[in-house]
Amino acid sequence: MNIKLVNSIEALLFGAGRPIRLSEMKNIIENNGIEAELSDIKKSLNFLEERYSNTAIEVQDVASGYRLQIKQEHSHCLSSLWDDKKPRISKALMETISIIAYKQPVTRGDIEDIRGVTVSTRSIRFLLERNWVKVSGYRDVPGRPALYVTTKDFLDDLNLKNISELPDLPKIKENAENDIFSQAV
Amino acid sequence: MQINNLAQLELPTVMGHQYEEMPDDLFIPPNALEISLELFSGPLDLLLYLIKKENINILDLDVSKITDQYLEYIELMDSLKFDLAADYLVMAATLAEIKSRLMLPVEAFDEEEDDPRSALIKRLQEYQRFKNVSEKIALFPRIDRDFFTASAQLPTLEDQEDKKIIITKDEIYNLITEVINRPNYKANHHIDFEELSTKERIQMILDILSGTNLISFSKTLIKPEGKKGVVVTLLASLELAKDGYIELIQNKSEELFIKSSRRI
Repeated sequence: MNIKLVNSIEALLFGAGRPIRLSEMKNIIENNGIEAELSDIKKSLNFLEERYSNTAIEVQDVASGYRLQIKQEHSHCLSSLWDDKKPRISKALMETISIIAYKQPVTRGDIEDIRGVTVSTRSIRFLLERNWVKVSGYRDVPGRPALYVTTKDFLDDLNLKNISELPDLPKIKENAENDIFSQAV
Repeated sequence: MQINNLAQLELPTVMGHQYEEMPDDLFIPPNALEISLELFSGPLDLLLYLIKKENINILDLDVSKITDQYLEYIELMDSLKFDLAADYLVMAATLAEIKSRLMLPVEAFDEEEDDPRSALIKRLQEYQRFKNVSEKIALFPRIDRDFFTASAQLPTLEDQEDKKIIITKDEIYNLITEVINRPNYKANHHIDFEELSTKERIQMILDILSGTNLISFSKTLIKPEGKKGVVVTLLASLELAKDGYIELIQNKSEELFIKSSRRI
């Protein structure tokens, strides 16, 4: 194993402060005079993962690339340290982001139709500011409402690599509906 | 049987636990209502809750009781959020409509498309799916809540504009005194006219030499004139020596002598 390459990648992951892609790592490393194939970088990442097995950090593969993070079992120490900064997300916001995640692209009206209540400007703004959703375009209907989609940041923040990793949407139970009818009649 | 069928409507078990912990008369005390708002984030939610709580078919629901409870709710919501109050009102009316339709003879709604329950139940079910899944997603490990990134990233540098200027009165005093005492560079430079003239000094030396042949340089000096006098006397001597009127003699001694060349 090329230790120089492994350490360069470790340095990159530490210094980037954001997820970083394999191809980006390759570019930077090659610009610094170290020849490396993508497979070498992937191997180095695996090597790092092994190296970290007895430590509090780990390499995580998320939507925007690779990043280093504190293992979850050690994160509670930190959360007590940063107690006041813990971001709280209400149930209503979770419902809104879930609807966007599964039904994207959606307008505010689509979300309101499902949730049955008005979706406040504030909650949309919160999701936009948090960079969990973005406007992907405008629906071609009167009023041209904005269409929202989830972002890579949303997946990153949930340790996900792909939107398909979200749990399956429960199926509508057709017979449940029929049963109610039959009872009612 | 009714209970089982209705239980199928409410998919999540998490919700089941929450309901169990709630008091039976949840809607009666106004304080309890306010606390519950967090739990009921929408009227559909509330409707589901009511159906479950009553543990009965819509047909068996005491709609007047529900509407009473809604009205209480609305009174409270009035002061908080008009939108929400309006939504609840629609829900209460829908329930009442369902109830009244169902109580009519069967022929009145043999066409399924006209059945108002169908649309409502579909909405409830659709909403239930997302509610269910959003609860699962809420439990996913989340950045800065359940895990943190490890990073040696550069700190974001402070914005210069945000920095407040802090200055003490001593600093102000020191600065103003420095400014006051600063030399005035705008003043003109005065050039003084020469007080001593080389021409005059030449004449003086010649006068001295008319009486004597040789004189030491130092004896031609006039003490009060200081360095300037020395310079002027030297210039005069050099001028005379150049023109051949005098000779300047310096032997091993330090002393310089002026000797007349007798050509005057």
